[in-house]
Amino acid sequence: MTPVNASLKSDVSSSPDWEKIRADFPILQLKIEGKPLAYLDNAASSQMPQQVIDRLVRYQTTQHANINRAVHYLSEVATLEYHNARCKLQQFINAREDREVIFTSGTTDSINLVMHGYGRKFIKAGDEIILTTLEHHSNIVPWQMLANEKGATIRVVPINDKGELDIDEYEKLFNERTKFVGLIHVSNALGTINPIKGMIDFAHRHGVPVLIDGAQAAPHITIDVQALDCDFYTFSAHKLCGPTGIGILYGKAALLEAMQPFKGGGDMITSVTFEKTIYNTIPHKFEAGTPPIAAAIGFGAAVDYLTAIGIEQIAAYELGLLEYATACLNDIPGVRIIGTAAEKTAVISFAIDGIHPHDIGTILNQDGVAVRTGHHCAQPVMQRFNVPATSRASFAFYNKKTEVDALVAGIKTVQKIFL
Amino acid sequence: MHTNSLYQEVILDHNRKPRNYGKLDHASHHATGHNPLCGDRLDITLQLEDDQINSIAFQGESCAICKASASMMTAAVKGKSRANAETLIHEFRELATGKLDTNQPHHLGRLTVFSGIRDLPTRVKCAILPWHTLHAALNSLDSASTEADDSAPAMPNHS
Ligand SMILES: Cc1ncc(COP(=O)(O)O)c(C=O)c1O
Repeated sequence: MTPVNASLKSDVSSSPDWEKIRADFPILQLKIEGKPLAYLDNAASSQMPQQVIDRLVRYQTTQHANINRAVHYLSEVATLEYHNARCKLQQFINAREDREVIFTSGTTDSINLVMHGYGRKFIKAGDEIILTTLEHHSNIVPWQMLANEKGATIRVVPINDKGELDIDEYEKLFNERTKFVGLIHVSNALGTINPIKGMIDFAHRHGVPVLIDGAQAAPHITIDVQALDCDFYTFSAHKLCGPTGIGILYGKAALLEAMQPFKGGGDMITSVTFEKTIYNTIPHKFEAGTPPIAAAIGFGAAVDYLTAIGIEQIAAYELGLLEYATACLNDIPGVRIIGTAAEKTAVISFAIDGIHPHDIGTILNQDGVAVRTGHHCAQPVMQRFNVPATSRASFAFYNKKTEVDALVAGIKTVQKIFL
Repeated sequence: MHTNSLYQEVILDHNRKPRNYGKLDHASHHATGHNPLCGDRLDITLQLEDDQINSIAFQGESCAICKASASMMTAAVKGKSRANAETLIHEFRELATGKLDTNQPHHLGRLTVFSGIRDLPTRVKCAILPWHTLHAALNSLDSASTEADDSAPAMPNHS
């Protein structure tokens, strides 16, 4: 296998050549309305480097067949590469065993898997599920569906004015009826990094399993599921410079084994008669049907790419951008940053007095600046801050200060138009 | 299309000083419109007498495009018959989705400032929401949603 290397010197002591890394991303050369693209919507989906694109092409041109089925050459290669991708993800999150890593179609799919596989089997009438105000809709709606079905109750951890969880209130929510905790690692709407280690430990002292939605954390924070001791952890490849349609669910082997399957079909069985089906072992029990093989292999290439740069290096660089952008936006009268937690990833949600985020987004686009406007699938957060929507700039390691400057200039244009 | 040709002075003016803003106390018809994409909502109340719109008002949280569209719409349909209002609704939807030939006779007048919206598919719904809501009110449907609109392209609602 050809290793996928980011364009940087392998010398760890020196800082990566960020300009050279940026050049790995062909899409960043685009011009929008004649202006250079400033892609600041990385929390929604990040871009793909040439190395990952090439890996997808190589798979599709020389390695593709269905997996786990035939004895011919291509099927064996594809099966092996798919397995290798799983092992790369296992290493990326430091899981104990590769069978604890299940390929799903993404974070939403993973959470639904846990809701059906764990929740429908183990949660009963009168039980309580703890979620937080910061959750993305994908970690709210499945649990509401379960609560409605079972007669269970959802309890919600509040946040303070900075967008930080109230840990005292979290601890007070626990009682003998508490049966599950769903917790977002990093808020997609505000960037808040939650103190999940302590929260997991507290839940475990009450014998309660914890699912971590790591969709916004995995691209910026080194994940060690054994050190965290979380029961489930999930994220999507497309926020990690990988393809869409693929993600993982990590689960502790004993829990995954105790769960019921989510989807039925081929590959997830050991034997089928019309009287009885014997389910396959994990992870296969949860991977019914032909998986997105190319996407899984691309996902493996993407984590190789990020690992070669170093998640810590990435985080440090992005923090520099966050500090610069925060200072710049704080300097503009009429601009208010929403979400000012002490611990943040490089996400800035903001409001401009008297101007609706959609108008901001449309006018920024004219300057080639791509931001997200809307409720960010986190309406409870919007309600907490009493806004229908915000504008959000979210940075990746391939962004640069001049793009922050383009954002600032764009905001000033917006204000001038609406003066 | 340049955004500035969308955010023209007429639109900015109606956004700043919306006409017919508020709520009628004795409305014969009303409806609420939602744009789930951005969480915007708009309430329309109107007084219909002998099939004529005697008075109309709107209020709500929305972007400049939606607010200006609502403001100009209320000004345009006030005093008109229900049938004439429905004609305007139809023509405005055609305009916003790029299907109206503005060289042919139409009744939109200054509302053609919204013609540029057709090049911004993500914003078409913002401009159309007030018109949808008016249509719902006139037909006693109580509520309207941009998602029920098949004339505008479906937009993703994702982060
Ligand atoms: C925190 C968080 N959770 C879940 C999701 C859902 O991820 P996906 O759409 O890839 O399933 C997202 C992003 O959309 C997110 O930011």
